Amino acid sequence: MEQRNLICISCPLGCALTVTLEDGRVTGVSGNTCPRGDAYGRKEVTNPTRIVTSTVTVAGGHLPVVSVKTDRDIPKEKIDAVMDEIRRVSVSAPVRIGDIIIKNAAGTGANIIATKNIRTA
Amino acid sequence: MKRYDLIVIGGGPAGLAAAISAKKEGINEILILERDNELGGILNQCIHNGFGLHTFKEELTGPEYAARFIAQAEELEIPYKLQTMVLDISMSGEDKLVTAMNREDGLLRLTAKTVILAMGCRERPRGALNIPGFRPAGIYTAGTAQRLVNMDGYMPGKEVVILGSGDIGLIMARRMTLEGAKVKVVAELMPYSGGLQRNIVQCLEDFDIPLKLSHTVIDIHGKDRVTGITLAQVGPDKKPIPGTEEEIPCDTLLLSCGLIPENELSDKLGVALSGITSGPVVNESLETNIPGVFACGNVLHVHDLVDYVSEEAARAGQHAARYVQKLSGSAAEQSGAVSGKAAAASDEAAIPVLTEGGVRYTVPQMIRPSCMDDTLLLRFRVGSVFTDCVISAWLNDTCLVKMRKKKVAPGEMQQLMLKKADILAVLNPRNITIKIEEA
Repeated sequence: MEQRNLICISCPLGCALTVTLEDGRVTGVSGNTCPRGDAYGRKEVTNPTRIVTSTVTVAGGHLPVVSVKTDRDIPKEKIDAVMDEIRRVSVSAPVRIGDIIIKNAAGTGANIIATKNIRTA
Repeated sequence: MKRYDLIVIGGGPAGLAAAISAKKEGINEILILERDNELGGILNQCIHNGFGLHTFKEELTGPEYAARFIAQAEELEIPYKLQTMVLDISMSGEDKLVTAMNREDGLLRLTAKTVILAMGCRERPRGALNIPGFRPAGIYTAGTAQRLVNMDGYMPGKEVVILGSGDIGLIMARRMTLEGAKVKVVAELMPYSGGLQRNIVQCLEDFDIPLKLSHTVIDIHGKDRVTGITLAQVGPDKKPIPGTEEEIPCDTLLLSCGLIPENELSDKLGVALSGITSGPVVNESLETNIPGVFACGNVLHVHDLVDYVSEEAARAGQHAARYVQKLSGSAAEQSGAVSGKAAAASDEAAIPVLTEGGVRYTVPQMIRPSCMDDTLLLRFRVGSVFTDCVISAWLNDTCLVKMRKKKVAPGEMQQLMLKKADILAVLNPRNITIKIEEA
């Protein structure tokens, strides 16, 4: 039996989780105060994922960049590949919250979507 | 001259939520004054996610969270002026006179029955930190760097050291790393981080960025541009320990060393400020010592969650609306030749809220029981890390509420719910005390 101590990142409470594994299989999560913590603990020891947020260059907008995010969590080891694609792309104003900037970023199945409205300058 | 019911100073998360709730309470003549060129305040540069879990039950980025409140304000047709700098607030009889300036109107002199202070806070700058060394380019507060990267599209440097482990510093360690910079170390003077645990995990550990506790920057090198810093370990007296110095080459130093409520306007108006929070001293209605002047958000005390700011600001908006309604009620009474007395409740003696055993401050700092809603959220911070502790609220010798906590830290705001009925049940209330004890 293996035990791993984690800090849950699902919300600002930051619960101290203990995840119990047997032969690489999760047999229990304790220390969490909500179901999100249980789910996080299980995922974090098997397939850790993150939401990635960044910015993309905008032409002709009231700001030179628009903030973006992955519309779902992506595997942690794909963060660099996703960032590479984000850095290469640029868009034109106007941009609306929720607009898809990149489809299926780095093959993760997640889209990169805008998180801010950018008006035409 | 037009007489506003309410002028809100600041169009960030606090100002927006306050104005929206005042409008929903039925007062109409509202104006928001904002100095930036868009509403939303600091949320516009906080492009990371984690906002809104309490308010919207989903995880939003800062700009998305702001957009929801801006949309509500627009739906409710609440007027606002952008790029408008408030220069002064003063009293004119019972009314408040707000002096502001912008390019379209020139100098503005506005009269209001109530004012809500929602100016937010500022970062502690290098000048307030007493770090020796030259004054080269490349030293930024973490929030300035955040604005440069996330809104202006500039990278302030390539090799970065961050002093202070507040949340903005941690968030910027990740952000600069994602944009290709090398963050060499985050140094924290205290033996614990000032940021949230989750940010240490997802901003530092995820990217193998070392966090050095009980360390500080004792020298900055470089004449025109930062070329490096000297880091040293500090003892319990927070003084550098000789022999622990380490030189770290870098071109950028980010400072994340605390936030200070911005209360120049409040101070000039004569608002009593707390020496601990640096924000106004308020009662249960979030009203300052000046009747009809309310405060909420980071100008009142520095919050770690915007959701709490929105909740608090909505209460300030409600109380401002009630104040306006009471004023018009008593005006009506007077015109009907009834000897009405305005705001009779505010004559009631307020019960002071005191702190004991490691609780640094509370907001509110005083409570008038008759003006309470059925329940009141009391927020506070502790001065150091406590494990397995009991936090309790006492009125005279009666325990009002008790809460057990596994761990509390200065970086995390705590809260207790007080019930009006419990307070009214105690005879001769003298003071309320908030205590923390390790079990």
